[in-house]
Formats: sequence, structure tokens, C-alpha cells
Amino acid sequence: MAKVLEVENVTMQFGGVVAVNNLSMVVNEGEIVALIGPNGAGKTTAFNVITGVYQPTNGRVAFREETIIRNHPQGKMKKLYKGEIGEYYTKERVLAPTPDYITSLGMARTFQNIRLWKTQTVFDNVLIAKHHQSRHGFISAMLRLNRDEEKAQRERVRDLLEIVGLSDVQNELATSLPYGKQRRLEIARALAADPKLLLLDEPAAGMNPQETEELTEFIGEIRDKFHLTILLIEHHMDLVMDISDRIYVLDFGKLIADGTPEQIQNNQRVIDAYLGVADDA
Amino acid sequence: MSLGQTILPYIISGISVGGQYSLIAIGYTMVYGILRLINFAHGDVFMVAGLMMVYLAAALPLYIAIPLVILFTVLLGFTIERVAYKPLRTAPRMSVMISAIGVSYLLQNLALYITGGLNKNYPAIPWISDSVSIFGMQTTRVTIITPFLTVFLSAVLVWLITHTKLGMAMRAVSKDFETSQLMGIRINNVISATFIIGTFLASVGSMLFFTNYPGVVPTSGGMPGLKAFVAAVFGGIGSIPGAVIGAFIIGICESLIKGLDTILLTRGVIADQVGFATFSDAFTFVLLIIILVFKPTGLFGEKSTDKV
Amino acid sequence: MTASERNKNLKIFAATGLFLFVILILDQVIKPTSSLSMLLTVLQKGSVYALAAVSMNLLNGFTGLFSLGHAGFMLIGAYTYAILTIPAAARDTVYQYYHAIVRFSIPETLSSFAGPLGTVIGVGIAVTIAGLVAALFAFLIGLPVLRLKSDYLAIATLGFAEIMRAICQWGKLGPLTNGSNLLKSFARISTFKLDLGGTTLSFSTFVPVFIATVCIGLIVLLVNSTYGRAFKAIRDDEIAAEAMGVNLAKHKMLSFCTSCFFAGIAGACMAMVLSIAQASNFKSAMTYEILLMVVLGGIGSITGSVIGAMLFISASEWWLRGLDSGTFLGINAPGIFRNGFRLVVFSIIIMVVVLFFRQGIMGDKELPDAIQAFRTKRKMKAEAKAAAAAETPAAAEAPAAPDETPKGGA
Repeated sequence: MAKVLEVENVTMQFGGVVAVNNLSMVVNEGEIVALIGPNGAGKTTAFNVITGVYQPTNGRVAFREETIIRNHPQGKMKKLYKGEIGEYYTKERVLAPTPDYITSLGMARTFQNIRLWKTQTVFDNVLIAKHHQSRHGFISAMLRLNRDEEKAQRERVRDLLEIVGLSDVQNELATSLPYGKQRRLEIARALAADPKLLLLDEPAAGMNPQETEELTEFIGEIRDKFHLTILLIEHHMDLVMDISDRIYVLDFGKLIADGTPEQIQNNQRVIDAYLGVADDA
Repeated sequence: MSLGQTILPYIISGISVGGQYSLIAIGYTMVYGILRLINFAHGDVFMVAGLMMVYLAAALPLYIAIPLVILFTVLLGFTIERVAYKPLRTAPRMSVMISAIGVSYLLQNLALYITGGLNKNYPAIPWISDSVSIFGMQTTRVTIITPFLTVFLSAVLVWLITHTKLGMAMRAVSKDFETSQLMGIRINNVISATFIIGTFLASVGSMLFFTNYPGVVPTSGGMPGLKAFVAAVFGGIGSIPGAVIGAFIIGICESLIKGLDTILLTRGVIADQVGFATFSDAFTFVLLIIILVFKPTGLFGEKSTDKV
Repeated sequence: MTASERNKNLKIFAATGLFLFVILILDQVIKPTSSLSMLLTVLQKGSVYALAAVSMNLLNGFTGLFSLGHAGFMLIGAYTYAILTIPAAARDTVYQYYHAIVRFSIPETLSSFAGPLGTVIGVGIAVTIAGLVAALFAFLIGLPVLRLKSDYLAIATLGFAEIMRAICQWGKLGPLTNGSNLLKSFARISTFKLDLGGTTLSFSTFVPVFIATVCIGLIVLLVNSTYGRAFKAIRDDEIAAEAMGVNLAKHKMLSFCTSCFFAGIAGACMAMVLSIAQASNFKSAMTYEILLMVVLGGIGSITGSVIGAMLFISASEWWLRGLDSGTFLGINAPGIFRNGFRLVVFSIIIMVVVLFFRQGIMGDKELPDAIQAFRTKRKMKAEAKAAAAAETPAAAEAPAAPDETPKGGA
């Protein structure tokens, strides 16, 4: 099976804080993989590294079998990463693309704290995600020579909004939507970028059990309909266990376990760190 | 004449004007550290202090006029904060900056109206405007007093920040505004105190500055204000020693550039005037752009990352 | 495009055409000595500032880049235009102390081939080049400066404007810029006349208004295009914009260069209207005034900026003139109403707007939206009235409310 995403020995350090510590992950095509762990474990930081928001202190990220991000420790940091791994990376070139480049390669994400464009309508929020796909330059767009392309884009946006169930509010301002609908809008926006890999950061945050179940179904649907691969961060364990093919567990930036949902549920380390420890009698 | 002798007058006047800038710069850096606001009106408050002295000294003896000027300037700074900045504390950043620009515009127009556009002459404060001779050069006593007074006042301020409760509150607010409020710090008092201190220093600075450059016009505050802000950024915004050092550096460089033509001519490096003096103001901004591109946090600033 | 959209565009086009035609008529009808000549001055200056305000709004209001360098780019535009349109014969008189480098005038050269049409095309080319030169400088200054945070960007651009002013006044560049002396005698509004046999057609107000209208029209097209939406995304949340594929550096640079291109054109028109190009006119105070016009009209609204600019200029040139000369609204108080009072009153009004009416006049709505909203409100009121009337026992009484359908596009 093709490896859509490969994270290899990624470390992210902010000054003295090691937010992600030597993380390695693989996501295969068509899978839904979950990244779980207690708060502050470094999950969103990992997302930010994968999508190019932060440049990792060390490590490599490959998308669809091609390395897109690579860094190695500079100067003082080199001493911390002695040994083979350090040596290997210092010989290679540093790659640090901006997030928009990575998006154009086929990755899209949602945010933990919803980041919608507040003064824009629901429709425009999704339409803007299609901007980078337009073939027309600045002047020709200004003079409206791109009418056909824009019409096609608008069609697509209308379809997407229907799929997520937001057609009735498409001309409302994004801020006027209730929380649950805002989350759906963010997902629609990410889908508009035509991704191969979709990263969802806590998509079910703040949802009640009913909404969470609908979301679980929805994620499965879009995976099939759009031939997506999905990597998600989530705290709602029912959603995670229901939908994931595999799970990675992070604690204090380190990977402490990975495997199928059954394996994780029975993993003692995970239970101690995260799922709950029974009170001693 | 040796190189030292050619350059010395410019360095000395540079240190002097640098000290005056630093008194203004401290006001900028403190306000920015706490409110993340570039107080565009600060330079104009400095100018108003100069004008106040002109009018008050004409009607009252100097030993009453001087404290009154300081008092009224501080009052002005306090009022501006309460009227123009406090209501916009929850507004987006651009709104407060626009308000500051509006206050600056108002102060300049008020000054223009009151003075009728005439150049006003600053009264000579006895003793500090006396001529003295230093290193074989004639200059006014103000030139010598300024650096010492500046360093002294800055040291007092740093002591205040590190050894008093108010100072600790100021540091807390500049690190995290909302949490400080939640922890019971009286934000309004801290902010008012910041403006009072900054404006006090600016009024002292105005007395020193206008003794050296006695013409007061409504635009007198514009350039020094801008340069003081650049000095604050250069030294690391939020850092008081940084602002002081940055201001001295800018003052010295500005002075040297003003005299560069004469210096190079007398040294025989160039045959004809290049006209560097036109660029003495522009130099400050070139310096700003360079520092912002290569070390945006300034000489003594701290780096911070945004959480995504 | 749907039929209703095409309808709407046609209407806007027709309205603009009518407006320009009216301006043309006013140009011929109002004599310089009449009391209405103030109207022409206001239109001339107002259109220049309207373009400046809209171009600033594009950068500050639509893309969220707080730049205070506008006066500097207008200065570049003004000087470029002036340098390219001073007639060859006047060169030496204008450049008294220097030997001018540029010795030709574009409109003059073209008019020798094509007569008055040549002059028109020449002026058009000169104005466009003015914009392009300003955009070039914007590109160069944008490279280091655009990635700075908003506060620092403001100061850096302010500084750049000061540097530009210093450069234009530099003695060594005298052969090009005339150093600290002003430039005059170039193609200005008083020379925009056409002799037709017996009568002379004047275009003094038409030309700046036309140029401003075309440019503002282009900016409107830009703002409603996909790039305009990308700019607004950058303003609202640039991290999300980047994550959705919008390259920040490229788009910020596009916005900056476009805004400065039109600022340059506004500067060229300013030179046209004022008949002189003088570096000391383009101080940071001008940038502040334009910013205040934008705030007055509403950050993020193009019609707001136009309205704000027109109000500002009308008030300062016309209505509030009395505040400077002793009598205002019948009150005679020469002690208070003397030179400079007008600006003070102005500044206070601006502060009131900034503190209490932060949204400005239009907020972030455009005029067509506002008219639409007004119509919908009226319709809803009428429907409510009709419903209430239908409920009363005296329902035999026909509802008085007329049936309103919103005209034009949705």
C-alpha cells in the first residue's frame, strides 16, 4: 500500500521545551489514522510541523513518497543530537516549504481553535480555498477573464456545501453560525482545496454524543467519496475507536504506543498515561 | 587637526541629542511594552511641553514655570490615555493606532492655531544654557548634563521596575495583559502610571532639547518622536536600557552624518560636498529597516513564538 | 453571468457615464469667477484624494497591512509625471540651477504626430508610467518590509516615505528632480483645453475625475475578484489563509504594489491639480489625512473612502472656510475664528469619529449593499404593516402598503 505520509524522527524544540520528541509515523493510502494523547502532548505541534507552520528542529516528513520537509540541528543543537541519526541528517539539504506550498501538493487541515474568516460569508470561506487552484494571473482575474473558471469553482463550492449540509446558510456570515456548523464549515473549506491527505484537529470538540456520531459517519463518508486519507487528532474516544484503522499515542511529545484500536485499548502504558488509572483500594 | 579633533564636536553633540531622544524613547518603549501601542502622540506631547514653557516662562518666573510645565505635561499625557486610548482597549490594534495618529494630528493643529504658525523661541534656562568649554570646544552646559541626567533617570526607573510593587505589576502586564487583570492587578493604575512616567521623562527631555535647539514649531515633535521610537525598536522594544542605548547610538550617528561632509572635506577624502546632511534623518529609518530585517527583536529584545 | 447581474453592471456603467458627462458639462458651464467655482475645486481635489483613499483602503482595509508610506509613493508619482511632461522649451526655466537630464515631454512629442489626441495619449502614458515607477519602488521596499508585524510595518513605511522625500530634495539629484526647488509648467489642468473653432472646451475637472473613476473602477473589480477575496482572507486570518494555499509573501506584495501603483497615479493627478510638484507637500501629515478619510468612510468600504474623501475636502476647502476667516454660520468672532481653527475643529471631529463611530460612515458595506438593505427593510416594514392590517377585524380595508419588489440583482 502506498505511503501517503511518512514522518521520520521528527523533533520540535522551542527553546528549552521539547514539544515533539523523535516522532515517527506512517499513514497509508485510504487509512484513517488517529493521533491521541493527553493535553499538551504535542499533537497539534506535530500537525503544525507536518503542514509546514513550524520547521522541525530535526527530522524528515515525506508526502506521497517524496520528502517535503527536512531539517537537522544547527550549531549548538548539534551536540544534543549526536550519533548516527544526527550525522545522517547533517549531510542532507534543508527543506522548509511554506504551508501554502504543502497545501498545493495535496494536504489540507482544520484547526483546533476554529480559524474561519470572520467577515466573509460561508460561501466565500469555502471559495477562497479554491483560489490557489486558479490558473489565471492577477491581471486577468482583475479584468474578469477568468469567468468560466470561477463559475466552475462556484459550482464545486455549492456541491461541497450541500454535502456538509450548509447550503441553507451559504450567504450568512461565518461568525453567525453555531459552533457545530462552524466546524463543518472548516471541514468543507479544507475539502475545497482538493486534498489527498486531510488533517483534522479535534473535529468533534464541543460536540454532544449525537453530533459526534453524525460526525463519525460523515468522516467515513467523505473518506470513501473523495478517496481521502485522513489523519486526525481527537479526544472523543468513541469517535477514535469507531473510525480509526490505526492509532498513535503521544505523551509529553514522545510516541508511547501505536497499533489498532484493540491493541491500544489494552495497552497498559496508554491506560496509565491517558485512558485512566483505577483508584487503588 | 587629528581625526579625533574633527569628529569630537559631533560625537559630543550626538551624545547630547541622543540623551534627549532616550528620554522620549523610554516613554515609547514602556507604552509599547504594556499596551502594544505605538503612541504616535508622544512626540507631539514633547512638543507641547516645549510650547507650554514658552508661554508660561513669559508670564511667570522660571522656578515656578518649570514645575508647572512638568505638571501640565504629565496631566496631558494622562488625559490622552484616558480619553483616546482607554475606550479602545478592546478594539483591534489598528483602531488604537489610528486614535494615536488622530491625537497627534489634533495636537499639531492646536499648536498651529495657538502659535499662529510663528516660530516660538524657547526661553534660556540659566545655568544649563551657559557656555562651557570641554576638550577645547565651546558648547552649552546642557550638552554635558544631558547624558548624566539621562543615565541617572534611567537607572532610577530600572530600580523602580525591579524593586517596587508597581514595577512588578508593570512587568507582569507587559508579559500577559489578561492574566494580570485576572490576578488582581489594577490595570488602569498601572497603565496610567506608565503614561505618567513616560510623559514626565518627555517633559524633562523637552527642556534639555529645546535649550539646544531653541525654535519650537508645531512639527518640532514629529522627527524627534519618530527617531525616539526607532531607538526603542533598535534597542529592543520593551527594554528600557535598550531604548537608552539605542537612542544614544542614533543620536551619535545622526550627528556624525550631519557633519560627514565637513569631516570628509577637512580630511581631504572628498573634494566637494556630497550633501549627506539631507540624509541624516533618513539614516535613522535605514537603520530601522536593517534592524527589523536582521534582528526584529532589537539588541536586547526577547523572541516570542505565536501559538497556532 | 446571470441576467440580473448583467443588468446591475449595466446600471452601474450607465450611472458612471452619466456622472462623467455631468462633470464635463460643469466644466464648461462654471466660470472661474463664479461662486460655484469652489465646486470644481472640490471635485478636482476630492477625486485625487478619493483615489488616494481607495488605494490606501485596498492595502490597510482589505489586506490588513497597516502601511503609512502613502505620501511617499504619491510623491514618486507626482515627480515622475512632472518630469515627463514639462515642455522642452520650459526645461531650463524650471531647472534654474541645474542642467535638466530629461529634456523631452511625452505629451508634447506625441502631439506633434497626432495633435490633441497625441496630448491626451501622452498624458495617459505619463500618468501610467508614474504609477509604474511608484509600484517599482513599492516592490523594492516591500521585499524587506512586508513580513514585519503591523506596527513595525507602519513605522518602516513611514520612514521610507521620509527617505523618499529626502532623496527628491537632494541637491545631487537636481538635474532630475530639481533638488529643493519645485517643479512647474508641466501638463496641468489649466492646460487641458481644446480649441474648436470659436469655443474652447475645458477639461480641467474632467481629466482628474475621469482618471480617478477609471482607477477606482479597476480597484472595485480587483476587490471582488478571487484575488480580492484572498486579500480579505489574509486580513482576517493569515495563518488560515496560508494553510488554504494563499502564498502570503506573493499576495502581500501584489496588494502593496497595486496600492502603490494607484497611489502613484493619485500623486500624478495631485500634481496636475495643484500645478506644482513640491516634495514638501508630501509630508507624513498627508498620509495621516488620507488615513483619516479612510476611517471616516469606513475601513473596508470603497464607497466609504470616496465619501470620506469628498466630505473631508468639501469641509476643509469649502464649508468650514469661515472658521478660518472670522465669520462662521453667522457668528462673528475674529478672535477665535482665525487661521488654523478649521483644522482644529476638523481634528476634533475626526477624534469623535475614531472614538465613537469606529465603523465610519459605511462600515464595511458598499453603497449598492446599503441601498439593497434599505430597500429590504422598507419591504419588510410594508409586509409587516400589511400583515397587521389583514389581521384586524376591519380587514375589508385594503392594505395601504405598495408591493415592493427589489429591483436589480440580488
